[in-house]
Amino acid sequence: MKKERKEKRNKFISILFCLMVYIYLFLPIFVIVVNSFNATTSKPYLSWKGFTFDWYVKLWDNSALLGSFGNTIIIAVVSTLLSTIIGTLGAVGIYRYKFKGKSVINGLLYIPVVIPEIVIGIALLTIFSNANIPRGMLTLILSHVSFSVPYVIFNVRARLSGYDKSIEEASMDLGANRLVTFFEITLPVLAPGIAGGALLAFTLSIDDVIISYFVNGQTKTYPLKVMESIKSGVSPDVNALSTLVLIATIGLVFITQSGILSGKHKKI
Amino acid sequence: MAGKTTKHELKSNTVPAMVTVGPVALLLLFLVVAPLIFVAVMSFCETDEFYNVVYSFTAENYAKLVSPEYIKIYAQSLLIAFITTVLCVLIGYPFAYIIARTKSKKKQLLYMLVIIPFWTNSLIRIYGWRTFLGSSGWLNKLLVFLNITPEPLDLLYKTGTTVLGMVYCFIPFMVLPLYTAIEKLDTSLLEASGDLGAKPLNTLIEVILPLTSGGIFSGCIMVFIPCLGYFFVSNILGGGNTDMIGNLIERQFKSANNWPLGAALSIILIIVTLILVKIYQKLGGDMDSLGV
Amino acid sequence: MSTIVELTGVNKLYGTNHVVKDLNIKVDEGEFLTLLGSSGCGKTTTLRMIAGFEEPTTGSIKVEGESIEEKEPFERNVNTVFQTYALFPHKTIFDNIAYGLKMKKVPKAEIRERVLEMMEMVQLTGFENRYPSQLSGGQKQRVAIARALINRPRVLLLDEPLGALDLKLRKQMQLELKRLQKKLNITFIYVTHDQEEALTMSDRIAIMHDGVVDQLSTPTEIYEHPATRFVATFIGETNIYDGCVTSVHEGVATVTLENGAVKVKCDDSFSILEYATVSVRPEKMRFDSKMHEGFELVAVVKDYVYVGSVLKCIVSLPNGNELKIERLAGQELPQIGSRIYPYWEPEDGVLIHNDSYKIFKALDEIKLA
Repeated sequence: MKKERKEKRNKFISILFCLMVYIYLFLPIFVIVVNSFNATTSKPYLSWKGFTFDWYVKLWDNSALLGSFGNTIIIAVVSTLLSTIIGTLGAVGIYRYKFKGKSVINGLLYIPVVIPEIVIGIALLTIFSNANIPRGMLTLILSHVSFSVPYVIFNVRARLSGYDKSIEEASMDLGANRLVTFFEITLPVLAPGIAGGALLAFTLSIDDVIISYFVNGQTKTYPLKVMESIKSGVSPDVNALSTLVLIATIGLVFITQSGILSGKHKKI
Repeated sequence: MAGKTTKHELKSNTVPAMVTVGPVALLLLFLVVAPLIFVAVMSFCETDEFYNVVYSFTAENYAKLVSPEYIKIYAQSLLIAFITTVLCVLIGYPFAYIIARTKSKKKQLLYMLVIIPFWTNSLIRIYGWRTFLGSSGWLNKLLVFLNITPEPLDLLYKTGTTVLGMVYCFIPFMVLPLYTAIEKLDTSLLEASGDLGAKPLNTLIEVILPLTSGGIFSGCIMVFIPCLGYFFVSNILGGGNTDMIGNLIERQFKSANNWPLGAALSIILIIVTLILVKIYQKLGGDMDSLGV
Repeated sequence: MSTIVELTGVNKLYGTNHVVKDLNIKVDEGEFLTLLGSSGCGKTTTLRMIAGFEEPTTGSIKVEGESIEEKEPFERNVNTVFQTYALFPHKTIFDNIAYGLKMKKVPKAEIRERVLEMMEMVQLTGFENRYPSQLSGGQKQRVAIARALINRPRVLLLDEPLGALDLKLRKQMQLELKRLQKKLNITFIYVTHDQEEALTMSDRIAIMHDGVVDQLSTPTEIYEHPATRFVATFIGETNIYDGCVTSVHEGVATVTLENGAVKVKCDDSFSILEYATVSVRPEKMRFDSKMHEGFELVAVVKDYVYVGSVLKCIVSLPNGNELKIERLAGQELPQIGSRIYPYWEPEDGVLIHNDSYKIFKALDEIKLA
């Protein structure tokens, strides 16, 4: 009896503790969502003036905000695409071939991961400015690719380490040349790792503040637009947009989790 | 392949190796190595009266680094990063342990709930904290309403506020590697430990902690190092009272326009990073668990 | 029978590591040839060179009289069954088996027909839409075989295909493979380290040791007339005696061992004072209570071990070496500890040339003593 009570008490403490951590994690998001319905119209938009959907309507007139959000999406899509291709090829190449400088490349891959973002940011800024590359979309994309590629490589490499090379030999043995083997066998088997890497690259790109802050020039991304507005108070339409993005991503996760998209390969 | 390489092998290896690894190599060279070398070079340069970088050698930037006000900020940075890391371990470990060892079917959901906040931009979330903690924020309204305090408390612009924001930003980086390490733990080891007479606390110290120490170490690296550079958290929540090395660097590049000094300050961060990573490796840390 | 695969002077070096040494093998059409040897003997490398995954450092490989060293694996008319099966995890069983035909751009209807026919042949009907991870080891094995055989290769290469199966299943698959091979009349080159498997299934066996083929012959020939000391000890149980040929008379040699002289049949390649090895299978060994003419061995009975219908008698020679003698159970036997005189019919023993350095040294030491 005593043991049972003790276990119950422990369980209660655990649940309470986790609940508090989750509250901590979600509290600011809750603040954002609530404030997106705030009827206040005066800066710094902090006091509650009643409930309204107005900001979700006004949002569509705020072309600067929408433009910056569009930039963020463009940069995220392009840099994810590039870093996924470069990273996947690189991971396969590093795994498969012996060449000089392999250990150097392996070591360098950790730099963007461990060095503080601000150092990467100013380093890219100095090289871009010295090479007279105008800062804007191009430099933002290049920068995002440079910090995403290692993550893609690590993800694909994790998948490769459990990879039976003989299935490629089997494919060639059955008459498929190298290119066909790559598309028929290598790529599909590595797909979960590649998808994981791409998702990470996309998330990093969308959320990036620090590196973009240094290399953006006049081009504003959504996080940078937010940063700019913080001084005068973030207006509720920014909150409204964030809420919409949050709902969209959660919806996307539930779709993928419930297996609509991944049903076919579930058995692997 | 030592010795002789046949034509066939050349054909089959060199070209694919170049096609696959070439882009990564170029990327690392031009967007990682070259910029960092350039920063190192710039840290020894001067500026003219128009704040343009002049390429003549000087060690002056490094001399400025040891001024008392800067040293105070380094100490403050290290302190904030240290407290943040410790809090992340103290909160993150039990939390990761509970969700990793739960037998509930909702385990997947519990895990996802740690990641979901990250899909909202971190700046906005930090701003959410400022809204919540501000003098006319919800917390103060509640405290005044409940008569716990007559006047709104001054909660912002304190070291504690910055730490709260930092822990908030980095706790998932602690929880996720720990979750992986703890989930891998073989339950039979814990049972064996109990079977051999160890009390739960003994099992924790003798079995669980040593086996998950890799996760703790990599979590600490993933929290401590980036924490030093997260200038916007101390900007928003610390309001200039809790400057970190990151804020100093940001100012040199964005307002003071003294790039060489900013470069020299960055070199400090690079050195701190290298030292910590070396210690991490000495402790047996695996570089790969830092990446994913 | 015509030669279908021919390896001439094939060498393979990894750096300075010489794994296959001057290999010369001719494989006949429709034959079941086994490369037998322990791990690291070069058998798998040899197979991979025929498949095209490795390239010989020197030498030539011909299939159907055509040199194939310059051909890529996908251009060769041979197929491989891999030790790990190497099934494509993301493709169904049907798609796995259809893969080779798809690559040859065979019409879909024909692919379907042939795959289903092949699946029936390997008793996998009904598994079309499953994935490899949903199959047992034996079933995966069948898929791997079906996937290779459906291409109707001239030669099928099998790399320890039964290695991962349990004993009972292995025995069953051995017979099934042999049946398939006879039915389809395809040449099999089979790699294994399991001598029993090799003896059961093969038409001929190439015993590989340290990158060299020690003997290439039929199972019976290998068992009864091992060409080297290694082959004699590797295949089956045997009693080995190292000694010196002291006389050759009418095809029978007298060999002086440490424990005395023995007689054994030999050909005229042996000369007096040559160091050589005598190998006698336990079932050919005999013993008596008195010394036999030409045999000077004396031994003491140490132990009896029953192995089903056979009884193994372990006797010990004066220098401590043990001999195994097989008897049918039920025969009258001397007591443990009693003295016996082992011998054999000279034609039941095999005399093998021996150039092992160790033997010289051992004999030198005996002389010194």
